[in-house]
Amino acid sequence: MNPTDRKYTREHEWIKLDDSAGGQALTGITEYAQDQLGDIVYFELPKVGDSVKQLEKMGEVESVKAVSDLYSPVSGEVLEANEKLMDHPELANEDPFEQGWLIRISIADPGELESLMNAEEYEAFIGGL
Amino acid sequence: MSPSLRRAPILAQALAASTRPQSPQNTYGYHRVYFRVAPLARYSQRSYYATALTTADLKTVLHPVHLDLGARMVPFGGWDMPVQYSGILAEVKAVRTAAGLFDVSHMGRLYISGPQSTQFLDWVLTGSAATLRVGRARYCMICNDSGGVIDDTIFYRLAEDRYLLIPNAGNRAAVVDWFQDWIDQKFSGMPGTDPAISPAVSMADRTESTALIACQGPDAPQIVDSLCGGAASTLRPFAWTEVNLADKPVMIGRTGYTGEDGFEVVCQARDAAVIWRALMDQGALPCGLGARDVLRLEAGLPLHGHEIDEETTPIEAGLNRFVRFDKEYVGSEVLAKQNEEGTDRKLVGLTVEGRSAPRAEYPILHQGEIIGQVTSGSYSPTLDTSIAMGYVLGRHASPGQVVDLDIRGRTVPARIVELPFYTKPK
Repeated sequence: MNPTDRKYTREHEWIKLDDSAGGQALTGITEYAQDQLGDIVYFELPKVGDSVKQLEKMGEVESVKAVSDLYSPVSGEVLEANEKLMDHPELANEDPFEQGWLIRISIADPGELESLMNAEEYEAFIGGL
Repeated sequence: MSPSLRRAPILAQALAASTRPQSPQNTYGYHRVYFRVAPLARYSQRSYYATALTTADLKTVLHPVHLDLGARMVPFGGWDMPVQYSGILAEVKAVRTAAGLFDVSHMGRLYISGPQSTQFLDWVLTGSAATLRVGRARYCMICNDSGGVIDDTIFYRLAEDRYLLIPNAGNRAAVVDWFQDWIDQKFSGMPGTDPAISPAVSMADRTESTALIACQGPDAPQIVDSLCGGAASTLRPFAWTEVNLADKPVMIGRTGYTGEDGFEVVCQARDAAVIWRALMDQGALPCGLGARDVLRLEAGLPLHGHEIDEETTPIEAGLNRFVRFDKEYVGSEVLAKQNEEGTDRKLVGLTVEGRSAPRAEYPILHQGEIIGQVTSGSYSPTLDTSIAMGYVLGRHASPGQVVDLDIRGRTVPARIVELPFYTKPK
């Protein structure tokens, strides 16, 4: 269920390296996160050019029933935020791993990726919740 | 501090906070935790819903049905209840455009009977039992001596000296205790009779031997009619009757908590699953507490623990039309005075541009000063904007005024509007 081409955080975000552009990656929330949140109605995302720090708050996601903070999987600079989510936040419910991505980031320290879980580890992690 | 503020701790707290030299975002250091959605690491730390107890020892008779339907369950008022099945947005839409089905068996079924039952209810309720005809129901409040709301309830007159009351799940025990105290103090028996043999007022709590199912939405009359030979659509709003529904004996009332047309069905616990399935088969979509909360908020209906509580009067909440001012009863003195003189704070509706919703306990500000607090808020799918109810000081309560909301540190303008936000099409 969780794609094996990316890494995962304990805060239920994913990060996927962009092979076509060195040092860049896409991030988003996982299937588990979207399912727990329920119908998502609003994202507060960082702006292009903002610096984010690994596992620090970078924004908020709001569903009908809950508000949750979003945490950046790695440190770096925001290159792009998914504009489609402004009008269609439900994309993150429907397709959290592809169309529902949150931000494109330039990775400051690739070493940070090593502290994150692979798909198998993440599945074991959510299995224990 | 004025007496009215002493009985308004939420606002008093807000006002006290406003005098301290700190930024608005520091004035709320806590969040009410409502439904605990999931054991996510840092997700769902802030989940906003109706007052929930953290334990859920009680299960309605439909609990296995909810699990079969894949509902997500949460603790609410001491019960393990479905918060959603297919999704809150889809469920709200079903109720506004077709029909939804709710298990509301967690709410109480309290039967009051006896030769003094009418006098007793006229003493403990803000609404009149004496003038309620058999076959009809009425919404009103149960107040304490200072006019604070112990609970709000619908009560049905079943016979000359027999009534059914529906208290909220989390308040059932408090209501039973309160009523029993008054029965013992004031309605213990007719002169010359032994109350143990012929009580003036008897109370029977049948919450667990019966079930309560709501079918709500524009298609509800047709759906319920199809299962009871057409007896439902002939009922007027707030009328009830006894019928066979899906061949089971039930009481149906044309009442609800969604702002739509609809019915509430009281049945024997053992018949609940058959009736639930029959209503589903006729097209009613199962809906959870999540949709119910959005629907009642859109309809401007108060939820106990949010808009009303023991420190809030029905007058402050704008519920004057459900309060009698002609007779003496518990709390009547305070209520009459407030009705005459007005109150310092008032419940208002607020609309906010966009989809980021104000939630309970967020501060309401005017020119940087805290003037009140949100009691409930949500994104409204029906209106496609964010809405909230909350208390503000009277001078800021006129519709059209613009105030600010502190949404987790962001200052967002909001407009005071008349309640309800949504009225069903005629």
